[in-house]
Amino acid sequence: MTWGLENVSVTIGKTRALDDVTVAVRPGRVTVVVGGDGAGKTTSLRVLAGLLAPDSGTARRPAKETIGYVPATAGLYGDLTVAENLDFTARAYGLSGAGHARREDRILDRTGLAGARRRLGGQLSGGMKRKLATGMALLHAPELLIIDEPTTGVDPVSRVELWKLITGAAAEGAAVAVSTTYMNEAARADQVVLLEAGRELAGGSPDDILRRVPGAVGTAPGPQRPEGPSWRRGVNWRVWAKDGRLPPGAARVEPDFEDAVVVAALAASGEGTAS
Amino acid sequence: MTALAEARGVTRRFGSFTAVSGVDLAVSPGEVVGLLGGNGAGKTTLIRMLLGLLRPSDGDIRLFGGPPGRAARKRVGYVPQSLGLYEGLTVAENWSFTTAAFGRAGVPVPDRIAPWARDLVGGLPLGAQRQVAFAVVLSHQPELLVLDEPTSGTGPLASARLWEDIRAAADGGAGILVTTHNMEEARQCDRLVVMAGGRVAASGTAEAIAGPAADLEEAFVEIVTRSGSRPAGA
Repeated sequence: MTWGLENVSVTIGKTRALDDVTVAVRPGRVTVVVGGDGAGKTTSLRVLAGLLAPDSGTARRPAKETIGYVPATAGLYGDLTVAENLDFTARAYGLSGAGHARREDRILDRTGLAGARRRLGGQLSGGMKRKLATGMALLHAPELLIIDEPTTGVDPVSRVELWKLITGAAAEGAAVAVSTTYMNEAARADQVVLLEAGRELAGGSPDDILRRVPGAVGTAPGPQRPEGPSWRRGVNWRVWAKDGRLPPGAARVEPDFEDAVVVAALAASGEGTAS
Repeated sequence: MTALAEARGVTRRFGSFTAVSGVDLAVSPGEVVGLLGGNGAGKTTLIRMLLGLLRPSDGDIRLFGGPPGRAARKRVGYVPQSLGLYEGLTVAENWSFTTAAFGRAGVPVPDRIAPWARDLVGGLPLGAQRQVAFAVVLSHQPELLVLDEPTSGTGPLASARLWEDIRAAADGGAGILVTTHNMEEARQCDRLVVMAGGRVAASGTAEAIAGPAADLEEAFVEIVTRSGSRPAGA
């Protein structure tokens, strides 16, 4: 069974928060919803979790008790210790016995929180809080795991540990949906949905997105801006030619994921259509 | 070329804790230097010393060739992650307030941010707010820019536009120090300095640090983990 959103639109107040967005989330796989502030990442995950009803389109999800959801803020109790947070969650899901205890230990181990059992949730660092909240959502081995921006502002070492937890959950069979603002995290996902202002700019596997870059991407030395839609890459420029004809002075390059994302955004904004 | 900002063998202790230990770092005109490091690596302490907000316990700090006092600080532009704008004021009001504070009242709002001139800063999307903060800080033509995660949380186009502005400032001769957790930003820099446990654990271009695996984040995590387990050798 594939979970996810199909052609979902949502209006919040006067804002079209999601406009015909499709997100497929498959068991054993990680889908990443990527975009900047106001892209619609949180809204799409909330619809997926059943916390928000779409105006149109469908959301498919398993039974509520088999979903794990971690919101972008909190997701844990600041005045309970790490161990109490886990125990509380376990009781809420009616988990007990030796199997559960082993699972809890493994989660503490993987999150690097084993040494922090007695610390209050509210006193943990940002990265530790995100790891604990994710660990709590994993405790009942959910079929669908939804995590909203687990790594924003988290330092790279904790980020890698969080991703180990996330891919570990997928390896155990969970369908996982994660949102992020970091493109390098999206580039490693099974499926990516790139959102901007509620619209889907690109979707598919990272390879699909790379293969579908229209026209040609080139590099040109700075500081003089080349003709056509262009953006900086270090001291050089990247330039995109929709029709494949790069301007003079630009050398063709194989686009990488960041190029593909910028090109998708340029194409959606209408740049490059005039040339 | 003389460095705009330079730390030579700089150490800072807080009681028995050494936050920064024997660090060398220089930012020259026209270059973009990325300062990477996990939480608690010493990046903020180092920057506070470079700006003259904190005295080193040991070593030497030079800002524009002299001690980092008030006069030197006027030539620096700093954009914190919180952006430092007045959210309840419009873009034009933010602009005139800051330009007046730096003795440049009457300078017109630049084209890049003019479309939002009458909008309240707090109501703009984050990408637009970052462009406004950047334009405002450039209004006094700083020779050294210190930027904290300048594009994080913005969409791909807003990021591209911001890096265009940052590069234009460097092409115009400013030196730029970017602190970041964000590997996309790190790759935009000419040179990276990776801090771990208060020391410089690695430095060089993004390509050189990423090594043959060409994965900067992986390389970064390895550097940080390795230097964490052997602090003396790092």
